[in-house]
Amino acid sequence: MTSTRDVRDQPAETEVRTAPPETRQRPPVSRRGLLGAAGAGLAGLAAGAAGGFALGSQEAAPSQPQTAGTRTYPFYGEHQAGILTPVQDRLHFAAFDVITDSRAELVQLLKDWTIAAARMTQGLGAGELGPTAGPYGAPPDDTGEAIGLPPAGLTITFGFGPTLFRKGGKDRFGLGDLRPAALQRLPHFPADKLDPLKSDGDLCIQACADDPQVAVHAVRNLARIAFGRAAIRWSQLGFGRTSSTSTGQDTARNLMGFKDGTMNLKAEDPAAIDAHVWVPGADSKGLWLTGGSYLVVRRINMTIEIWDRQPLSEQERVIGRTKAEGAPMSGGSEFSQPDFAVKGSDSEPLVATDSHVRMVHPDHNGGAKMLRRGYNFVDGSDGLGRLDAGLFFLAYVRDPGTHFIPIQMKLGLGDGLSEYIQHTGSALFAIPPGVAKGGYVGEALFS
Amino acid sequence: MIMTRPSRRAGGFALPVRALLCTSTCAVLGLPLLAACTNNAPAERPGAGGAPNPRALTVQATDTECKLSATSAPSGALTFAVTNGGSKVNEFYLYGQDGLRIVGEVENIGPGITRELVLKVEPGNYISACKPGMVGDGIRAPFSVSDSGEQGSSGNDVELVEQANQNYQKYVEDQTEQLVSMTAKFVAAYKAGKDDEARALYPVARTHWERIETVAESFGDLDPKLDLREADLEPGQKWTGWHRLEKDLWPARAKNYQQLSTAQRASYADNLMKNTKVLQGRVDDLEFSADEIANGSRGLLDEVATGKVTGEEEYWSRTDLWDFQANIDGAVVGFEGLRPLLKQRNPDLDRSIAAKFAAVQALLDAQRVGDGFKTYDKLTKAEVKELSDAVNALSEPLSKLAAAVV
Repeated sequence: MTSTRDVRDQPAETEVRTAPPETRQRPPVSRRGLLGAAGAGLAGLAAGAAGGFALGSQEAAPSQPQTAGTRTYPFYGEHQAGILTPVQDRLHFAAFDVITDSRAELVQLLKDWTIAAARMTQGLGAGELGPTAGPYGAPPDDTGEAIGLPPAGLTITFGFGPTLFRKGGKDRFGLGDLRPAALQRLPHFPADKLDPLKSDGDLCIQACADDPQVAVHAVRNLARIAFGRAAIRWSQLGFGRTSSTSTGQDTARNLMGFKDGTMNLKAEDPAAIDAHVWVPGADSKGLWLTGGSYLVVRRINMTIEIWDRQPLSEQERVIGRTKAEGAPMSGGSEFSQPDFAVKGSDSEPLVATDSHVRMVHPDHNGGAKMLRRGYNFVDGSDGLGRLDAGLFFLAYVRDPGTHFIPIQMKLGLGDGLSEYIQHTGSALFAIPPGVAKGGYVGEALFS
Repeated sequence: MIMTRPSRRAGGFALPVRALLCTSTCAVLGLPLLAACTNNAPAERPGAGGAPNPRALTVQATDTECKLSATSAPSGALTFAVTNGGSKVNEFYLYGQDGLRIVGEVENIGPGITRELVLKVEPGNYISACKPGMVGDGIRAPFSVSDSGEQGSSGNDVELVEQANQNYQKYVEDQTEQLVSMTAKFVAAYKAGKDDEARALYPVARTHWERIETVAESFGDLDPKLDLREADLEPGQKWTGWHRLEKDLWPARAKNYQQLSTAQRASYADNLMKNTKVLQGRVDDLEFSADEIANGSRGLLDEVATGKVTGEEEYWSRTDLWDFQANIDGAVVGFEGLRPLLKQRNPDLDRSIAAKFAAVQALLDAQRVGDGFKTYDKLTKAEVKELSDAVNALSEPLSKLAAAVV
């Protein structure tokens, strides 16, 4: 790939990777360029955009309208992208086991991942040569399935699991003393049925994009870069977002057919984000995590076929909201606050005592809120004609000890919804703060 | 599955003309000039931002013309980006001054395709040529290389490649000999109904097959007769070879299996012996270029990843780890032969591959029992995953070996 680049890309790269135009028989493979050319009429892009990218002109910085496909998010910044970023439509999530015991190799992996991730989020190939260049006798340094695809708003977010710090009693990388107290394996919750092959991990990558192939391309190339240093432990595709992290987004529906994440934290409320998402610099062991977050991962299977046989009244009672509008059963519209006190003719609360909305409401959980970023998944079927489907729950919180564990403990015991779901995977990761240009993800942990 | 396809030529040439060997990737010429390599185009060119790089040339080839962007260049590493703008398949050659000696070439450039020829060239006079239609003398023109102080590659590389070839040839011949003699013992025991002895000999004899598997597989007619798995049979295809006998010796996983009669045993066993001897006759004629040896090593690791780590190869006997070890043995021999060259070209890659081979070997050693290995069914899932991770860790740098040594 020669000149697939965002206009913000570094000029130095542009020079190295661009051949004189007269040497080209055909236009270079260019994700942004191709999109510009193909989409010019459709999306109303500036006519000169495609040519400008193809020639790699770093001078011209056309103000290009960011459509869903061409949208890019900066990789570098104070916080990692992919948390407050408006939730993209598609997910590929992967958890890794580090298979080297060398701290130097682990650091090099994080450096290599940082560079490749920064490139791919801007629509570039994973490596400098690209999917169709380099020695003919060597495998290309990018796998190629994203040729012709736009950046699609790709974000790549990295995390560190508890086992990176200590595994089987062993401190492999000299990090044992830097593990924040909150970073430990989530406890067993009532009714958990966890599959160890879908749980835990030393490292994680969350790749989100508006095109599924762009997200898969990212994880695939990062996994390839990791061979010999880290191996995929498990991975999960998500095909539809179930939350919104911006007031500009509609509330999406989960596979139960209900709006999900109505009460979610939104990027437009920075005070709440500061209070509930970013880790404050309070934990002496976890100073490196200041400005980062914790990612709670739960693979939640739904017994979809059974759910679908429930009367609408039962479905709405269990959730505590109407299916059509998403309004609380106590009345109002989607964003009305539920009134947990109001009772119906049978003297029972309109918002049932075991309804999901009541169980998880901040008022009943010490005010704790989460930034949810989950996805629907269907991983084929189970051989008995039932879909292996559900919600891949992702939530960013400042402290799982206050913002997740007590709530889930309660849900496992008393949530009416638990009759229709089963938690089959679980993991917790510390999400280091953002990366400065020239640095690498998690640098503060190793310095 | 990617196989090394060795060139088949009668032995006995005093000076191998390696250009004949150049199949899809690179030409390593039997002349003390250079290593040449084709790139797919267009790669990066240093200096593109300022003055044009005088070592980066373009060739516009059509059915009637062969236009170079310059007719001279300073000595050093030159890149010819050859674009076929015609309708016939084209080739580009750089000949010595005599117009006979091939300095570098890139073949099989389809219409509309651009390929790069990268090669180190000494100062001197040369002749460039496009060959539309891949026939005749081509469209020729003089090309000169001035002395820039940068040298082309030394003859040392060519000697190293020849050394690697001779070592690998010997290895393949030696393994084939041992394959024949061990197969004879196995066949004798099997025909005589000495099943325990045959079962003990089976994985040992197959070791010699697996060590040279990519070479053996390159004979497309022999491989299915000798090494086909039952699951891979086409409708109507007769199942012969090692795995047919394997099932007869280890029928435990088969349903309602009918043991072969003595006459049937003799027939299958003689067939195995006959085809193994045919294989031996053919490998005597093989020569290997550096990229063939390198891709052979990678191919053996591909075999491990697809058939052995998964326990598919030896479905009945569960002796997959013997094959695993043998594939690694063969891959190590190919790699070791190329190391003198690789150490000059890319010492980091050399160290990386060597370390990953050692890591795989350590895991295999942990599964040894007596003279052999644990059977596949005795491995835990975690052990299989660990082996698989180590194979991936080795295969990734090994996939870069071929391009590094040509």
